[in-house]
Amino acid sequence: MTTTTIKDHATAAAAFIKDEPRTDWHDDTLWFVRQKRDKAAHSLPEWEQLRNWASQIKNHSLSNLDNYLIEFEAKATANGIKVHWAANAEEHNRIIYNIIAANGINKIVKSKSMLTEECHLNPYLQQQGIEVVDTDLGERIVQLRNEPPSHIVLPAIHLKKQDVSETFHEHLHTEKGNNDPQYLTEAARHHLREKFLISNLAITGVNFAVAETGGFVVCTNEGNADMGAHAAKIHIACMGFEKIIPKAEHLGVFLRLLARSATGQPITTYSSHFQKPREGQEMHIVIVDNGRSKQLGRPDFRNSLKCIRCAACFNTCPVYRRSGGHSYHTAVAGPIGSILNPNLDMKANADLPFASTLCGSCSNVCPVKIDIHDQLWKWRQVVVAEGYVATSKKWGMKGMAFVLANPSIYRISGKIGRWVMRTFPFLTNNKTFNPWYKQREMPTPPKQSFTEWYKNNK
Amino acid sequence: MRVGLFVPCYIDQFYPQVGIATLQLLEKLGCEVGFPLNQTCCGQPMANSGFAAISKGCDKNFIQNFAGFDYIVGPSGSCVLHLKEHLHESNLSPTATPINKKVFELTEFLVDILKIDALPANFPHKVGLHVSCHGQRGLGLSSMTELVAPSFSKPEKLLSLVKGLDLQMPVRRDECCGFGGTFCVFEEAVSVKMGKDRVEEHAHNDVEFITGVDVSCLMHLEGILKRNNSKIKTLHIAEILNSNWE
Amino acid sequence: MSARNQILSSISKNKPELTELPNIDIQQVISYKDLIEQFTNTLTGIGGMVVQISDEQEIIATIAAERAAGNWVADTLWDTTDAIDKLRFQSAESLALIEKTYIKGTVGVAENGAIWIQEHQMVNRLLPFICQHLAIVLPKEQLVATMHHAYAQIDIAKVGFGAFIAGPSKTADIEQSLVIGAHGARSLVVYLV
Repeated sequence: MTTTTIKDHATAAAAFIKDEPRTDWHDDTLWFVRQKRDKAAHSLPEWEQLRNWASQIKNHSLSNLDNYLIEFEAKATANGIKVHWAANAEEHNRIIYNIIAANGINKIVKSKSMLTEECHLNPYLQQQGIEVVDTDLGERIVQLRNEPPSHIVLPAIHLKKQDVSETFHEHLHTEKGNNDPQYLTEAARHHLREKFLISNLAITGVNFAVAETGGFVVCTNEGNADMGAHAAKIHIACMGFEKIIPKAEHLGVFLRLLARSATGQPITTYSSHFQKPREGQEMHIVIVDNGRSKQLGRPDFRNSLKCIRCAACFNTCPVYRRSGGHSYHTAVAGPIGSILNPNLDMKANADLPFASTLCGSCSNVCPVKIDIHDQLWKWRQVVVAEGYVATSKKWGMKGMAFVLANPSIYRISGKIGRWVMRTFPFLTNNKTFNPWYKQREMPTPPKQSFTEWYKNNK
Repeated sequence: MRVGLFVPCYIDQFYPQVGIATLQLLEKLGCEVGFPLNQTCCGQPMANSGFAAISKGCDKNFIQNFAGFDYIVGPSGSCVLHLKEHLHESNLSPTATPINKKVFELTEFLVDILKIDALPANFPHKVGLHVSCHGQRGLGLSSMTELVAPSFSKPEKLLSLVKGLDLQMPVRRDECCGFGGTFCVFEEAVSVKMGKDRVEEHAHNDVEFITGVDVSCLMHLEGILKRNNSKIKTLHIAEILNSNWE
Repeated sequence: MSARNQILSSISKNKPELTELPNIDIQQVISYKDLIEQFTNTLTGIGGMVVQISDEQEIIATIAAERAAGNWVADTLWDTTDAIDKLRFQSAESLALIEKTYIKGTVGVAENGAIWIQEHQMVNRLLPFICQHLAIVLPKEQLVATMHHAYAQIDIAKVGFGAFIAGPSKTADIEQSLVIGAHGARSLVVYLV
């Protein structure tokens, strides 16, 4: 069951909220993750300093990105890693397919990579007859259910254990009605262990790529990236080019921030540093652009490329918690998605910058200090300037601007408006034509505005 | 000091009592307050909807009306934030203070400029404080739960000066109410759900009033409270600080 | 133009003006009065176990007992060179039968309970992940306060593969219920010697 057919956030969110108890559960669950993040942040007096360092390292990296990529490529190649470059999603998918096909492989495993989700790698490979098994437990669950992940760190956060139990009963033949997470995880362990052992090729993501060393780091709690990569003859790592950081010492900053921001843990169970292929193994890395260099060229939005995909912004966002990741109809949802996706396809994602009250909480939790809420505001200006806004809204705004720029017209309109509301309340107290009125009373229209009172009394 | 009173458009039209309370409070505290009669709106509703390009008329009108004041004070965190961030004059003389540096939200004016440490106000009621986002995260009116930093709050400081007031904070101390400008109608479902959740936390604390620095938040919460026949009323902080002076 | 050149020239054209790298000052980060206590509390809090040992013979005896009970125990510290070499070239299918692995660690981090293990200590890269239970032996003087201190001590460029391992594998992907034992080891015991 998938909700990707609804392509605008407001409509999808309204559908999500219809089930209020479930919305409360989703909201409470993610708020709890936010609270765990707060506890972890407060355990380090230097937390804000860490954020400053991380932000500055990333700012610098973006300003010297081409040189760092060249340095990374040289070092990685010298270490025996084959470096590939993909300008877009199609090239990325093709490069990976070619490696798989050249080796006569038809079953592969993949650990979490939002980049591969962004490039729609799985359906591409599946169409060519390749079996792709997502090995992160949350991703495997949604894969079996044929739906996209709803959160970049907690892919199945929108599902209850009953949902998982039903899915596992259908696909893994677990006991019907057994919802015990321990039991279900054990079943997944056995099922996926088989997949690890028979796969000759493993795909992983990249959390950080280090220019100074030519190596990269993959972080998991489950150990699935390692189980895949070390058992496979071929390991392909996929990275957006913005994952580059200059030096090994910078990993200290990022690894201290990443898990604390994401889930409130001090570090993920495994932080695996890949430097060279093991003896007899082929290691590949695919460096991907897919719109990132275009975003780099947008002065107002380039900072979005600092993102380390921790999802702290998702967990704090009061809108995300009450609308769910599928409402954002993209691989990367939440606040960060809303400033990344319009660059990829402005028309399809014109709704996303408006899926926010601009409360600013996201910018405060971002470990690399991306000015997310400011960028949401700026994207709104761009989206409107490009014409991706409903005509009715455009004319409504033009009308409003006209009235509000003219003091006498404003005063008269206000007086008339209030009179109409008092005399013909049914016009505004109307659930069909006035969205405000669906669930809220209108404010009481006073006889006198403040200005009128002032003129009469002062 | 000459203080220009800025009354946001929706307060002017729907909540004049907030403008009156603000004016009276400032005068009681010794300010010479002028009210430019031709003011309209700060332009935020258009700007936040992506139409900043057509809100220049509002900017011009604001600048014209408020020229010549030492301070411009308004009972609204979000409108003041918008002005501070987006109002720019052209042809400004190098020695003049830019207008957006002269604009203050009411509680920040009282705490930072007038440096109030006593208020002979009386309000013996249980009051919940809603922390409005733009005032808090934008203007720095209080510390933010996301940050590892010392806690402080200008609105709470002022409320602590009021005799008899029993202040209650909600569990989620600074979660957004869901108004968000035109968001309140274009994302109606999420907006109302967010508002309902705020209201529930205050109801749980059994407050008689919910207050804050932004009437937009309060208007939205009040709409929900009234629809649900709640006994809880909303009051802007100016109304409380101006209450029953002895 | 190749994708590589296309991408690099795009980046070169679009990148912002050069900014400075910050200086990471280790003096500004947290320190702990008792590294062993901090490490132990943190690791225990995330599902691991810490045992302080003064005599390595105790561990060796434990290994012997585990083997006597019929478990395949991989011992990369004290086993014969032959036995260890065999592990190096075992297939994944074979290694999947290992019940417990004993590995030496390089440095342990008090702030998060993680231990840095290098490829040559693992012997086979799969070994620390594929076993059902993992034991790491770490000299207690090798504890540092934070990740900054750890990176200052190690050189990740010199090892083909290394990992910070902090506790047993786990997941909370099913309705946020924490389950210890996902795909990697089900338990971790750290012997501080």
